[in-house]
Amino acid sequence: MNSPRQRTESLRPARRIRHSPIQAAGILVLGLALLPAGCSRGPAGGGLTVAGSTSIQPFADRWAEIYQRLHPERIVNVQGGGSSAGIQAARSGAAQIGMSSRELKPEEKDLTEYIMARDGLAVVVHPLNSLRDIGLDRVRDVFAGRIKTWDELGRGSGRITVVTREEGSGTRGAFQELVMRKERIAREAIVEDSNGTVRAIVAQDPRSIGYISLGLVDASVKALALDGVDASDANILAGRYPLVRPFLFVTNGPPGPEARAFLDFILSEEGQELVESGGLLRAR
Amino acid sequence: MTRLERNDRLVRLALLMIAFSAVSILIVITVFIFSEGTPVMFRHGPGRFLLGLDWYPSEKAFGLLPMIVGSFVVTAGALLVGVPLGLACAVVLTQFASKRMGRILKPAIELLAGIPSVVYGFIGIVVIVPLIRDNLGGPGLSVLAAAIVLGIMILPTVISISVDAFQAVPSAYREGSIALGATVWQTIHMVLLPAARSGIVAAVILGMGRAIGETMAVIMIAGNAAAIPGSPLAPVRTLTSNIALEMGYASGEHREALFATGVILFVIIMALNTLANRASSRRKG
Repeated sequence: MNSPRQRTESLRPARRIRHSPIQAAGILVLGLALLPAGCSRGPAGGGLTVAGSTSIQPFADRWAEIYQRLHPERIVNVQGGGSSAGIQAARSGAAQIGMSSRELKPEEKDLTEYIMARDGLAVVVHPLNSLRDIGLDRVRDVFAGRIKTWDELGRGSGRITVVTREEGSGTRGAFQELVMRKERIAREAIVEDSNGTVRAIVAQDPRSIGYISLGLVDASVKALALDGVDASDANILAGRYPLVRPFLFVTNGPPGPEARAFLDFILSEEGQELVESGGLLRAR
Repeated sequence: MTRLERNDRLVRLALLMIAFSAVSILIVITVFIFSEGTPVMFRHGPGRFLLGLDWYPSEKAFGLLPMIVGSFVVTAGALLVGVPLGLACAVVLTQFASKRMGRILKPAIELLAGIPSVVYGFIGIVVIVPLIRDNLGGPGLSVLAAAIVLGIMILPTVISISVDAFQAVPSAYREGSIALGATVWQTIHMVLLPAARSGIVAAVILGMGRAIGETMAVIMIAGNAAAIPGSPLAPVRTLTSNIALEMGYASGEHREALFATGVILFVIIMALNTLANRASSRRKG
């Protein structure tokens, strides 16, 4: 019965791995060096660079994808960074087109702007809620946490469940800018990370109020009229509905041929259909 | 050197390199999180991060206290739900269950561990949240909902480790106790539980680590309000949800602040792991 002993003997050298510290360090460095290799992206070789608003970015990605399918020889790079960064990039030439989901400030008006689409917000409640119309000021009071119960709005009773989007979301940015202005949304508000979940929660909870993109309103929730103005297409087109913001493409001076072609594509019937299917409003 | 010896060396070297690359991933993650997350903390002062109540990254307010408290509150709630259930289950499995019963119970518990967390979250939002809203009030998305769902999610961890702990108790203890005239219940809570204590502590701490690290289910059912919850029915945001919720659009200092959230989470989890290791090594020693 000496076979088990023999086996341990033959195993031993393999168990005792002795390397000099330098050798070990070398292996470690090699391991580290291998890691980032998969992560780096090649440099953006030519083509059109479109950068800016993270609210527009997903749509721009779609437009670029379809556009490149039609014109395989043209390359479009879409980058985020936010509206201000996009405007800055258009000015400095880092991007041929800057994307902004807010109106240009007076000092930015020297740039050329094109409205590619518009994004509307709807303030939504549960379909069984008897509230139909609310003043924009009251909406602000509710989201700032000054009005906490439905009694104060004269509709039913109980605490209002306020549902908002997460910090950094374009929809929240638009709501902040168009409704809250300088005020903060209350800390106690429930935070969800997509229009869909906000809608699902409002559809479930009869005491809730939230805001979502206009294009995503369906029968499961009720969009409130704001200061007597319904969120209807007619009111939006006439510019009466208050919660609409433009999606702007900004160029420094007249656009070059490549930028021009991309802009024309988005404003074409096909591009605008993509706008609508993404839940946005047409440019005109 | 023969060809076989050379092959042996080569294989050994290759395996060593693969092993080291696993370790270097850990190093890279640690270095990365700390290098991305700590500068912003020191720029604004660690006190403002750890003790600030306001989380408004767009206004440069990076108070993480509500999320730190939130993580601990939700985890404590999950333990309150999961530990009694888990311990009871482990006692049944080791003391009462017949072979056949064990054959059904054990795989069922293992199956519980295999359910993806998004499914737990979905069940939470469809079943538990409306139940709480309709019967107890509040929005339903709450500390309580998160505690119940997480309590169920940590069960497999708590059960399997405490089963090990009970099985490690020498059967002479149990037999001796019974022989001295103790009832089964007396034997369990006066002999078995104390004897298995350090293993149970390890089970609780590992369950805690699981609860504090869970993200998806918590985002779906906790409501994610960045405020310290005033009651079990109030919404709450944990450290992990804070990162996952806002990662999508965050840029600049906001993004760095999410890494800072990661740093705090990292430190908490490391501390828990160390505690668990201490507890289980005491068991062996």
